[in-house]
Amino acid sequence: MSKISKEEAKRIAKLARIAVTDEEAEKIGPDLSNILGWIEQLAELNTDNVEPLANVANIDLKKRKDEVTDGDMQQDVLANAPESMEGFFVVPKVVE
Amino acid sequence: MSNLIKGNTGEWEMVIGLEVHAQVTAQSKLFSGAATEFGAEPNTQVSLVDAAMPGMLPVINEYCIEQAVRTGLGMNAKINLHSVFERKNYFYADLPQGYQISQYLHPVVGLGEIEIDMEDGSTRKIGVTRLHLEQDAGKSIHDQHPTKSFVDLNRSGCALMEIVSEPDMRSPEEAAAYLNKLRMILRYLGTCDGNMEEGSMRCDVNLSLRRPGEEYGTRTETKNVNSIRAVMMSIEYETQRQMEVLESGGQVVQETRLWDPNKLETRSMRSKEDAHDYRYFPCPDLLPLEFDQAYVDKIKATLPELPDQKKHRFTQEFGLSLYDASVLIAEQNRAFYFEEAAKGNDPKLTANWVINELLGALNKAGLDLSESPVNAKQLGQLVARISDNTISGKIAKDVFAIMVETSQDPDTIIEEKGLKQVTDTGAIEKIVDEVIAENPKMVEEYRSGKDKLFGFFVGQVMKKSGGKINPAAANELLKKKLA
Repeated sequence: MSKISKEEAKRIAKLARIAVTDEEAEKIGPDLSNILGWIEQLAELNTDNVEPLANVANIDLKKRKDEVTDGDMQQDVLANAPESMEGFFVVPKVVE
Repeated sequence: MSNLIKGNTGEWEMVIGLEVHAQVTAQSKLFSGAATEFGAEPNTQVSLVDAAMPGMLPVINEYCIEQAVRTGLGMNAKINLHSVFERKNYFYADLPQGYQISQYLHPVVGLGEIEIDMEDGSTRKIGVTRLHLEQDAGKSIHDQHPTKSFVDLNRSGCALMEIVSEPDMRSPEEAAAYLNKLRMILRYLGTCDGNMEEGSMRCDVNLSLRRPGEEYGTRTETKNVNSIRAVMMSIEYETQRQMEVLESGGQVVQETRLWDPNKLETRSMRSKEDAHDYRYFPCPDLLPLEFDQAYVDKIKATLPELPDQKKHRFTQEFGLSLYDASVLIAEQNRAFYFEEAAKGNDPKLTANWVINELLGALNKAGLDLSESPVNAKQLGQLVARISDNTISGKIAKDVFAIMVETSQDPDTIIEEKGLKQVTDTGAIEKIVDEVIAENPKMVEEYRSGKDKLFGFFVGQVMKKSGGKINPAAANELLKKKLA
């Protein structure tokens, strides 16, 4: 069973953009380990020669024609933005 | 040809692979019905799917699938009848979903190859690892405000083809040749306009160094390299940088770097240190992409003649030089123009006129071939008039200059200006006699052995006739009379 260390827990939290304190990370590690261990039980099954199943309804990927049918709603798109200016979303500076 | 770089401690070999992002030519986005046109007002071509509003579901654009398959076929690649969309997770302001829908383990197109043309006329095959479909991100603007970035999602969700090469290139020139050929193929196929200025074709450069014959070294990936010139410059810069690191006993760090087009250098992108932890998983919103071989065959049947096929046909069928053929096939409409103009004409002469005169004139006027004042039929007619001796090549240039000005047919110009070549032997003889009579001294000198003066007589005859005499006929008569 794989064990999630405190450091790994913090890294996962960082990738998910979730702020986690040291004490929380201490607790999250074992929690995640338990969940992973539970899921890893599936590996006990022999799935050689079994195709991955994408859906049970036997339907195909739905497709659309190449036509412009949407968009042109700048105000709606920006409506929930904490800050916008001249049609742009405005966010804290994110540059190298 | 050796591409090895000389360092202080011996020779190094560059190992280059390119990742090209080519925006699929389509009206609407990969998973939404918003428009894709370049240059619209910010956030006006954004649907709620592209803005990643909760509960919105992607529906794939069937034309984009067709375009990806078409491109794969144009690279002689394996088309995968079963492929899978996955989520590539990363966090950035212009990626509202927090993940990009892409393809990872099962791309729609597998192994292929592209033949590149080197300057010395040789060709080389560069392997293509894969082509997959994915969403583009939005665009951030950083220079409008001291502490804020501005985000425009118009590009968010546009369909991209990521085309990944094998690490088969060994010099900046080969990388440039690969990009040139790839862009040409995309344009011929009509699957991407290849416009690097507008960002519809972008390039990341993977580069490592090794001692000749040894294993690959550690590579860096340089992003934001958005012209063929910049690709070549970034390769040279990064080669020098890595060589200095290696020769001073250090190790190249595997990292993502950014090309700075102003400072002409690459630098480390620290924010990307987590970038390789994308946590891909199959996108639960999309079923696998499946189609049958008949679908692929149907697309295959509509492929145009591709650049290399055209080039080989032009050299074999028309006897053109490899250079002329390469110039003519560089743009599809140029090749069409040439073939139209060459109908019933001498192909080599026509090629000369298209390459030297027409392209020269267009270049001077800053016009695209599609805006040419002289159409292919007219140029063909002009070439025909040279071949049937109605006018000389020299007069043809004058006629052509008028055609460029007025878009008139060459026959009309020749008729109106009375430029028809004098073919009446009596008339030519008269002029030749006049020239001989007017230059007795020269005639004497010529006859006493100064052969070089012959050119002088030809010049005088042509001048007197206003260039309207067939030079061959003038030569012949002059030779006879001066003997």
